[in-house]
Amino acid sequence: MADGSIGLWTVPLAVLGGAIRVSTPFLFVSLGECITERSGRINLGLEGTLVMGAMSAYGISYLSGSPWLGVLAAGITGALLGALHAGICSLPRVNDVAVGIALMLFGTGLAFYLGKPLIEPTAPRLPAIDFGWWSDIPQVQAALRINVLFLIGVVLAPILYWAFRTTRWGLLIRTAGESSDAARAMGHSVLLIRLRATMVGGFLAGVGGSFLSLFYPGSWNEGLSSGQGITAVALVIFARWDPMLCLWASLAFGGAAALGPALQSVGVTSGYHLFNAAPYILTLAIMIITCSPKRTLTGAPAELSITR
Amino acid sequence: MTSEAADPVDAVGAVAPAADAGFLQRHGATIEYILIPGAALVGALAVFGIFVALFGKNPLDLYYYMYYGAFGTWFSWQNTLSRAAPLILTALCTALPAQLGMVIIGGEGALLIGALSATSAALALQGAPPFAIQIAMVLAGVIGGGLWIMLAGGLRQFRGVNETISSLLLVYIALAILNHLVEGAMRDPASLNKPSTREIGAANMIGTIPGTDVHWGLVFGLVAAIAAYILIYHTVFGFAARVAGGNIRAAKIVGLGVSKLILTICFLAGGAAGLAGMVEVAAVQGRTNANLAAGYGFTGILVAFLARQNPLAIIPVAILLGGISASGGLLQRRLGLPDASVLVLQGIIFVFVLASDALYGRIGFLKGKS
Repeated sequence: MADGSIGLWTVPLAVLGGAIRVSTPFLFVSLGECITERSGRINLGLEGTLVMGAMSAYGISYLSGSPWLGVLAAGITGALLGALHAGICSLPRVNDVAVGIALMLFGTGLAFYLGKPLIEPTAPRLPAIDFGWWSDIPQVQAALRINVLFLIGVVLAPILYWAFRTTRWGLLIRTAGESSDAARAMGHSVLLIRLRATMVGGFLAGVGGSFLSLFYPGSWNEGLSSGQGITAVALVIFARWDPMLCLWASLAFGGAAALGPALQSVGVTSGYHLFNAAPYILTLAIMIITCSPKRTLTGAPAELSITR
Repeated sequence: MTSEAADPVDAVGAVAPAADAGFLQRHGATIEYILIPGAALVGALAVFGIFVALFGKNPLDLYYYMYYGAFGTWFSWQNTLSRAAPLILTALCTALPAQLGMVIIGGEGALLIGALSATSAALALQGAPPFAIQIAMVLAGVIGGGLWIMLAGGLRQFRGVNETISSLLLVYIALAILNHLVEGAMRDPASLNKPSTREIGAANMIGTIPGTDVHWGLVFGLVAAIAAYILIYHTVFGFAARVAGGNIRAAKIVGLGVSKLILTICFLAGGAAGLAGMVEVAAVQGRTNANLAAGYGFTGILVAFLARQNPLAIIPVAILLGGISASGGLLQRRLGLPDASVLVLQGIIFVFVLASDALYGRIGFLKGKS
């Protein structure tokens, strides 16, 4: 096939490539939030965790020269923010939704504060694997230049699905989420289970943030995440707390988010901002379609404050 | 006998309990409501002081410049009050639905839509007398913002969609609509670097309170907060709302129209934030552009929580937070702190205020001897 002949195929190709590229942060945040929510607590602060993760990954990658150390740092930052969330929530009469909002503002503020000196320098970025080597078409090659983190996320989803069903830890998390009384009766500390679940959730969200600053878009600035974190939290709700559905939903979202830039690349510039809002509109639309006022959602952890 | 003094429900406007109880017992709840958030604020300031000390700045300088930039001079007072005005209004956007037990955090979106509606009204009516244009702007701002949050309330009531998440998603959608219109249909061709709408006209601006540089938006905020207080604590409607917020099943049993309550309260809440957008256009910016997304809606959430969702307490808290944001410029110039330091401090305050929720009813000397 000649180079210029793909014409209109550019858009679906760019959407496909975008689905793979853009979906990674959605995937990590939603898998992390899935773990946290299954334990019976909601962490709305993952938006702040995502931005903090992006900032710390960029900073550590810049200072150490190793992007993978950056990813690790982002995960640890996320886990610490998760521990903060869980710590405050374990105090009596503290509302987890409100704490999440507070940490959303705190995380973004702190990231902007600490990240001020990082806007100028260029940090080493994460490598990509070329799955498009067999094709001569540059657009196909671009679409199939895939980051390792995406692959890790794709593998993580079925592992989590399996772990929730069959492992001891999965069962404990689900017990804490379905009935804290039952978990206590079994002799487990619900607060400790939730602390761990929130820390793991924060770790994954932080790693998702590192993808933003170290691969795509691949730099640190204050407009890096605009609501990806909160969209991913909403995504968990209509993925019915199922890690595999989180994967498919993240891909759909990545595709929707890539629509604006894809259309712009073929010269459709009107409505650019509206297309950029596609993931939020899509989230809202899916929530309207799938939620119901009459029954609680199937699959919802019974202890979750947001669905009661 | 004295148990009611510690009861959080009696917070404000409480009937004085038994006359023989001591002052502490009688006002225990009210004192708690001032003491605990106050202590949380002091704790947050201390942590923030340590935080800046880690970056080699002197915390005492920090506190001094914060005070000086917020309340030190008449100039800084005016700056503070001008910033408090939209904060009072956006805080109402969270505080009013909170009476019904709803957590709405989309004030920023209602502010943007309110600003856009108010600007459209002003541009459509160019040539009409300024007073008529101003009235139209107020109405358009309130209705635009009101419908925006009513959407979140309606989705919650009729579709079971979580209002916290939907109202936040609506912020991003509002921002996209604003950018779309400002860079497209409503763009002033003369605005090259910063796409904006045309100006509403100097004659149509609402101006400042005589003798000050503080714009009339502050009066809008004060009136709205006092009206909200009266509505919630001194009308049947407000009583019904608080009943529904306390126990939705009881509210249904006694025959309250919960749908109507939710939609009305959400409309008023969004209307307040929309009015904030109108004020920012008609008193500060003079036009609509992306500058309006300055975060007043998000700071308003913090104001509402710090004021414990009480419309009257929102006024002093908004002035305090307005002061913190007013001092940001001075901290940048004198101490070389990044502009985000205000955001960090707000985040720390928020965390402390929420953690302090655990303290209510646990302070020994306020508990009384029962």
